[in-house]
Amino acid sequence: MSVKVYIPRDATALAVGAEAVARAIASAAQARGTDVEIVRNGSRGLFWLEPLVEIETSEGRHAYGPVTAREVPGLFEAGFLAAGKHPLYLGLTEEIPELRSQQRLSFARVGVIDPVSVSDYVAHGGYAGLRRALTMSPSEIVAAVTESGLRGRGGAAFPTGIKWKTVLDQPPQQKYVTCNADEGDSGTFADRMLMEGDPLLLIEGMTIAGVAVGATQGYIYLRVEYPHALRVLNEAIAATYAAGYLGRNLMGSDRQFDLEVRVGAGAYICGEETSMLESLEGRRGDVRVRPPLPAIKGLFGQPTIVNNVISLASVPVILDKGAEFYKNFGTGKSRGTVPLQLAGNVKRGGLYERAFGLTLRELVYDYGGGTASGRPVRAVQVGGPLGAYIPESQFDTPIDYEALSGIGALLGHGGVVVFDDTVDMAGMARYAMEFCAKESCGKCTPCRIGSTRGVELMDRVIANVDRERNLQLVEELCETMLHGSLCGLGGMTPFPVQSALKYFPEDFRKTTM
Amino acid sequence: MYAIDYLDPGTPAVVPTDADEARGDTKPVALEIDGVAVSVPAGTSIMRAAATLGNQIPKLCATGSLKAFGSCRLCLVEIEGRKGYPASCTTTVTEGMKVRTQTDKLDQLRRGVIELYVSDHPLDCDTCPANGHCELQDMADVVGVTDSRYGNGRKGNGTKVHQGSAKDLSNPYFAFDPDLCIVCSRCVRACDETQGTFALTIEGRGFDSRVAASQSESFVDSECVSCGACVEACPTAALSEKSLINLGRPERAATTTCAYCGVGCSLKAEMQGEQVIRMVPNRAGGANQGHACVKGRFAYGYATHQDRVTAPMIRAKITDPWREVSWDEAIDYAASEFKRIQAKYGRDSVGGITSSRCTNEETFLVQKLVRAAFGNNNVDTCARVCHSPTGYGLKNTLGESAGTQEFSSVMKADVIMLIGANPTEGHPVFASQMKRRLRQGARLIVLDPREIALVRTPHIEADYHLQLRPGTNVALINSIAHVVVTEGLVKQAYIDARCEPEAWQKWRAFITEPRNSPEAMEAITGVPASSVRSAARLYANARNGAIYYGLGVTEHSQGTTMVMGIANLAMATGNLGREGVGVNPLRGQNNVQGSCDMGSFPHEFSGYRHVSDGAVRATFESAWGVRLEPEPGLRIPNMFEAALDGSFKALYVQGEDMAQSDPNTQHVQAAFSAMECVVVQDLFLNETAKYAHVFFPGSSFLEKDGTFTNAERRISRVRKVMEPLGGLADWEATVRFANALGYPMHYDHPSQIMDEIAALTPTFTGVSYEKIDRLGSIQWPCNAAAPEGTPTMHVGEFVRGKGKFFVTDYVPTQERSTSRFPLLLTTGRILTQYNVGAQTRRTQNVVWHDEDRLEIHPHDADVRGIADGDWVGIASRAGETVLRASVTERIQPGVVYTTFHFPESGANVVTTDNSDWATNCPEYKVTAVQVVKVSQPSQWQQRHREQTLEQNSLYGRTKANHA
Repeated sequence: MSVKVYIPRDATALAVGAEAVARAIASAAQARGTDVEIVRNGSRGLFWLEPLVEIETSEGRHAYGPVTAREVPGLFEAGFLAAGKHPLYLGLTEEIPELRSQQRLSFARVGVIDPVSVSDYVAHGGYAGLRRALTMSPSEIVAAVTESGLRGRGGAAFPTGIKWKTVLDQPPQQKYVTCNADEGDSGTFADRMLMEGDPLLLIEGMTIAGVAVGATQGYIYLRVEYPHALRVLNEAIAATYAAGYLGRNLMGSDRQFDLEVRVGAGAYICGEETSMLESLEGRRGDVRVRPPLPAIKGLFGQPTIVNNVISLASVPVILDKGAEFYKNFGTGKSRGTVPLQLAGNVKRGGLYERAFGLTLRELVYDYGGGTASGRPVRAVQVGGPLGAYIPESQFDTPIDYEALSGIGALLGHGGVVVFDDTVDMAGMARYAMEFCAKESCGKCTPCRIGSTRGVELMDRVIANVDRERNLQLVEELCETMLHGSLCGLGGMTPFPVQSALKYFPEDFRKTTM
Repeated sequence: MYAIDYLDPGTPAVVPTDADEARGDTKPVALEIDGVAVSVPAGTSIMRAAATLGNQIPKLCATGSLKAFGSCRLCLVEIEGRKGYPASCTTTVTEGMKVRTQTDKLDQLRRGVIELYVSDHPLDCDTCPANGHCELQDMADVVGVTDSRYGNGRKGNGTKVHQGSAKDLSNPYFAFDPDLCIVCSRCVRACDETQGTFALTIEGRGFDSRVAASQSESFVDSECVSCGACVEACPTAALSEKSLINLGRPERAATTTCAYCGVGCSLKAEMQGEQVIRMVPNRAGGANQGHACVKGRFAYGYATHQDRVTAPMIRAKITDPWREVSWDEAIDYAASEFKRIQAKYGRDSVGGITSSRCTNEETFLVQKLVRAAFGNNNVDTCARVCHSPTGYGLKNTLGESAGTQEFSSVMKADVIMLIGANPTEGHPVFASQMKRRLRQGARLIVLDPREIALVRTPHIEADYHLQLRPGTNVALINSIAHVVVTEGLVKQAYIDARCEPEAWQKWRAFITEPRNSPEAMEAITGVPASSVRSAARLYANARNGAIYYGLGVTEHSQGTTMVMGIANLAMATGNLGREGVGVNPLRGQNNVQGSCDMGSFPHEFSGYRHVSDGAVRATFESAWGVRLEPEPGLRIPNMFEAALDGSFKALYVQGEDMAQSDPNTQHVQAAFSAMECVVVQDLFLNETAKYAHVFFPGSSFLEKDGTFTNAERRISRVRKVMEPLGGLADWEATVRFANALGYPMHYDHPSQIMDEIAALTPTFTGVSYEKIDRLGSIQWPCNAAAPEGTPTMHVGEFVRGKGKFFVTDYVPTQERSTSRFPLLLTTGRILTQYNVGAQTRRTQNVVWHDEDRLEIHPHDADVRGIADGDWVGIASRAGETVLRASVTERIQPGVVYTTFHFPESGANVVTTDNSDWATNCPEYKVTAVQVVKVSQPSQWQQRHREQTLEQNSLYGRTKANHA
């Protein structure tokens, strides 16, 4: 009887040697005449343990990690195929504390199943949501999503059901479902992990969206920097078509939904939804003026759903288990769970899916274990490169949309980047401007010229040239960008700058640099 | 100082869609702007609403001719109850909205934005060509920014700026200076929305965003067609006319009308003294609405070219050197010769040619001179060789010799059928409008032997390209009509109400005959029957189907038949008499409509009334005080025949180069050589002048007052902005010629001539200079029934009463391919050159096209061993010429194509004297030829070159003697 060995094909695991580990285990098994079945799963999101190798036994899956190819012979000698003891042995995977305490809804199968196996997906409860949806009227589906309280996980937190209703309410015509998988925020990786670990969930979510609003074509707009996700998605889509869950008469119904992946060309701005639509149409990724809303005139001028990967991946469970089930997670107006991505200078970086309401402190210390450097945490940046810097003093803020906005921050896509006390916040403010300058599409003036001027001003501030006057000008520039920019890139760049100035003024007034 | 003299509303006016109208969604929206109530159509931007109150909200990327873009962020406003500061250009009004356009916060934001602009812009305003009409300068002034606290790299403090980028001077007419560019994308959008060429883009992103032509090519090498819309749209001097840079600011401007094609664009000539600084299209121009093309906007340099002949000249024989003389001597000599010749050879031995390039008034005077002073009806015009079948065909079917619509009607067309016309080359400004409509979703059917650009061009693709064999138009239109009738797609109620029943029945019987079916005609036309059927259904089922056609329809032995066939089809489908439909000839020259209207044909007085009509003739006789001939005079081909017979001896040719533009050149040359006095009035010593005895220096459109009438019957003013280089405007010379002949004419100003035209022409009775000035332009008929003119004709009923169907039997042309002449030559034109090229060849437009080439399909080239660029001889039964080959799949096998802009090309040496059965319009579009690879010019070309050298030396000696 062969033993199932799980070795992730997730990009993070691959980055730390998972491919070599897989090859080493395969060849060692062959040399020993041992029958193993290697499954390339997604990542469990416990990055400090990657490559995390799991062995399936009757009592469950046992974990070893972080495994390197060099340690593979030792593992065999320790009898790891039978969960033998070894310094890298972590016990049953499900019992690892950082995993056990999570509330995984959208990531329930990530790291568990073979991402491109439809049967594995279905065996783990997949397609229950779509099956249910096919018995409902479009407006019932939309009502369920609305009722669940799901809000856009891309960052804008707009109620997903309301967006869908707008598309549904447009007269029958060609409509589209587009998935924004241009996950460009630094320190975020939830979309990638989901697409690499459980792409069928996204496919199911998009199919439900199509069924709900009468759209027959979907596009996943994937950033070019995710080659592994591209491979997994394409394999998964092919398998899904073959199994009859995409295309005409899907799941034996009279409905049709087709899906394909389109790859971006390396521009952060194409994660902004109107730029993404321009890019999908084959144009330069410039931001479009709103109105009209994409829900009314979106892709090729047709009514279009634009949702983030996690938003769409949250839908099947809502349809499967009901809006009430989903809604019971969370706090206030932030319902359901959120995959938080912890990165930066942190001991236990990774993905932690929890209901809204966890505090930053719990995340950074309980899950993250503090800084990797061992020095005190000075600040976290929440919500990507355009998110505010939050000082340690505010770490008791619960992670929900309203609470964070109450302290001038935004949850964004759920990325949290940790900094220790050696961080130079003036440099970080400069970096925000530099990021904007590099990624601006160049359409509107405040962003196009302002971001470059912002970098120059920060250089002058740091070099102590006319410092007070230039700091004043930074404040004014932030006002111009905040209120004058066409989209969120220029409009949010002031957040990290202003928060750094507010909470860490001393960093801007050092005598020597 | 002359400056922008209009309030730019910032965004285009809202045009309600049919759906809006159906929903009744057009009622105005009331709102308050800075406390002032205003009411505007739904969909209007806040910016435009404010402009109606005279409140110009600061802006840079917005302009009234382009869709709102929202990039400059200067036009931000506050709206009660809304968060943030929305852009007023992209935000539309809502009922009860309360907008504030001026608050401290808005001032602060606008200053912030302008300060950013200024931080990347040289502040050398004093030496900038845009000084005084730069919108950045204006906006900085409005918001009170004079410098940038960010510093400016030019002051050396490390601020990153765009500085020292290479200027693109490749286009002969305008320069691009990237340092002055503020990346507002107005040029890019103008290229897309106004012109429809999509040649420009923004390259790079963020601070590095720059305007680029095509794939970062130079402007001249890019897809740019040099229409100048980008230059017009540029708010700074980044894109500037070179003339403006070199000559400085204009001091005055006069509105006039372009002297090129039949679109008749209204232009503002911006002047400095007697010098044109630049031509700017008039935004209020009815035909062009602020657009122009590479010819009208830029190619006016011929008017002051050194080749202009500015002194009258005479000579006894055409082999004599020219002698410069005074106007009096030249006119007296011409008059004495005409009198001598009439005394010797009879009254009918002389004639005159009116010009489609001259004004209505000048044309009217020349035909009056012929009829009243020469005492015969031997007057004809170049329309003979282009659109005479239009006049004849439409007059007989519909009742009026003119197109039925105004250009803007195309914006309501749902299906456009384009026949034998190439608007992107020949009528570019109208083509831009048509492309705009096609991008909005109108469908397109192209009937053309050649794959013209509109068949497939950015964002446009014809639904059907019926690529017929040259000479089979009538077969194709009949088979389209056959489908319409046999498939029951006719509008029977329309026909019953508006057309003659007997003629309808007769035509119906004819057209349903199986021989007219697409299947039967397929062997003749070469067009698959299934495509014909589908195209016919598309046109017939359209809510509004509009037909546009060009010389590919008229210049055939069955040109008139085809025009009638088109009218039949339009009547059968009910596509006449409202906006969005119609039968629309695209006229070739600026005043070809006008020259026909003015009575230039030998059988008609002004307003298309036959000379045999005693009552009409009586009104002219009483006004002109002479007896007039009741018999039609000679047409151009008859004049040539009569000259060769020895009975026609003298011709007054105003502004037409017959020796180049008429078919069968060698025949024409022989006819001219047989005449005793040829008077040529022209800007240049043209081909015809080689056979002239008297030369009157002509005046350009800049040098006289008058009117032109364009293809949509629009009468527009031509205004004198400089003195005639030759001393007299053309009409003045005609007046003096008449006086010298003993027929007195008394006019001090062309407006008096127009008054005479109005008094004598029922369709012009309401026309006067005063009214044209007031309305901008007038589309005839303009009379008591239509005091402000008639944009759409045949509303309610046809001009002739009941529309009349004509049986249009297909009769193959005698010109067909044989074993000796196996290919069919057809002709056309190119954007940058105009007609015989006399004007455009004397401008920098030669940068784009400096020779005519023969287009040949790779298959035909291959079997003849011809490679791209080879010299090839083109021989027909009429003659032979040599051109370089251009091997292309634009043309179908068996057909070759050339333009005719250069005299040495000798395209008309090859064309034959075949012509339209009704009007003698030459069959330029079909000539059977053989093409072979050669190594030297044809004999005709060698003779032509020698003759040109000889004539130049005869003229050169004249100049030298004077020097």
